[in-house]
Amino acid sequence: MIMDPMENIIEVENLYKRFGTVTAVDGVSFSVAKGEFFGLLGPNGAGKTSTIRMLYGFSPPTAGSIRVFNIDIVEGWRTIKSRVGVCHQENTLDPDLTVVQNLLVFASYFSIPAAAARSRSAELLDFFALSHKKNAKVAELSGGMARRLILARALINRPEMLVLDEPTTGLDPQSRHQLWDKLEALKKSGLTVVITTHYMEEAAQLCDRLVIVDHGKILVDGSPEALIAAHAGRHVIEVEGPEERLRSFIAEKKVAHDDLGDRVILYTPEDATLNDTIRDQFCMNRCTFRNGTLEDVFLRLTGRELRE
Amino acid sequence: MIHFDAVSWRFLKVWKRNLVTYQKIWKVSFITPLLEPMLFILAFGLGFSGMIEAVSYAGGRFSYTEFMAPALIAVAVMYNAFFETTYASFVRMYYQKTFDGMLATPLSLEEIIIAEIVWSATKATAAAAIMMTVLGLLGFVNFPQGLMILPAALLGGLAFGAVGLFFTGVTPSIEMFNLPIFLFITPMFLFSGTFFPVSNLPVWAQPLALAFPLHHLVELVRGFGLGANETAGIFSLIYLLAFSAVFTLAAMAAMRKRLIN
Repeated sequence: MIMDPMENIIEVENLYKRFGTVTAVDGVSFSVAKGEFFGLLGPNGAGKTSTIRMLYGFSPPTAGSIRVFNIDIVEGWRTIKSRVGVCHQENTLDPDLTVVQNLLVFASYFSIPAAAARSRSAELLDFFALSHKKNAKVAELSGGMARRLILARALINRPEMLVLDEPTTGLDPQSRHQLWDKLEALKKSGLTVVITTHYMEEAAQLCDRLVIVDHGKILVDGSPEALIAAHAGRHVIEVEGPEERLRSFIAEKKVAHDDLGDRVILYTPEDATLNDTIRDQFCMNRCTFRNGTLEDVFLRLTGRELRE
Repeated sequence: MIHFDAVSWRFLKVWKRNLVTYQKIWKVSFITPLLEPMLFILAFGLGFSGMIEAVSYAGGRFSYTEFMAPALIAVAVMYNAFFETTYASFVRMYYQKTFDGMLATPLSLEEIIIAEIVWSATKATAAAAIMMTVLGLLGFVNFPQGLMILPAALLGGLAFGAVGLFFTGVTPSIEMFNLPIFLFITPMFLFSGTFFPVSNLPVWAQPLALAFPLHHLVELVRGFGLGANETAGIFSLIYLLAFSAVFTLAAMAAMRKRLIN
């Protein structure tokens, strides 16, 4: 895809972030086009949050350049911050204020006139189904409501770009789906969104394009479908209690696989005969035939070892 | 490193945020400055003045309560500002993540820091105003020059707010505030010419007291309220201004290191 650089909302080149001797972001380059829903995926400690914090002007880059709206972040941080909305990983709502006060006080930080802030707050509370909690204390909100309020607050300045750092972590499935609906609606309105998440299903559903990062570097870049096709394939067979002859068979046929000891995951090509052979000869215990997912891609690229 | 482009009048928006939350609790907050001076005057006036006939201070002789009353205002300024930017700011910064939220807006960290310090000075000045009124009604403050206590309280509030926020920037946990309170605030409370003139101290100890910001605030307040002081007002003024500036910059550096880098 050829992109007009003027149409890119974000341009990151050779970005580094070091904390003492630790390199959190190790030479990252990517760009995000206007209206794109862009995902930043990676295990804990991969450098996602460090990257995102630099994107919205929270922390300065150690080296490299970031341009947002074609403005350099070091010089134009205040302009950029006034045009960006940020939804933090932690709950950063102000517990000393009520629900509507959270929006109004936040609006004041953007120098939004009081009358405009009031009508905008009412609109957002309505959109996020929080109008009935207008005068409630933040502590009285459920996890899902608090998340919605954080998102509403991030939209108070009518941002041209939204940064979402793990927006659905800790939510129940109902709240998560409701939030996804809202995010889909925002996407349709043409908003550019950068999201980090640990939920591959979420990334596959929402993102137009994503990168997987690990140890501060970008491993792959592409649409969820393209990444699945390239790194997991359409067909996945999980064989439980594999026999030795399966191992020799897949070695002979050079089938891409992950051997977990008591389970072997096969990423098989578009080959009906091969799949049938495996079904007939090697599924003595239990086999699962399924489609490749983004989770397969993620685990194949970043490994299965625990990170923390 | 000072980020001059990061300092603007926007800090008033954060100051206003603190005012909005304060409006919910101000009635409770006003009780202390209202009652505390009366309790102290009562206790020391009844129990202590019998033992001390008069205090020789700055060439004059004053009753013990007259001498001590202005210092009560200065001490209240210290406690109000210092506790606001230590415990209260730490809660906002660490537990409530309020600063993280603010930093996702056009506000800078420097503006948040200035706002916290100016807010603590505002609260301290409000407490000083109430105490001044109470002590004035009891006859312990000379008006109209006593009104100059208010700008002095504001300046003192900035000094103690700034040093408090510096400690907030470097403290590993909220419990550790006990350390600066025990090593810095309490000695100051006792040895700053609050309960006895610094000139009563042994000669070697006097320069130590002169290094305390509270001493200079006490001297300024006493100068305006009582009409007498030992230290030249201009010297105290310059000292408090410099102290505020140094610790505002130190707080900015500590907070930048803690929150951003």
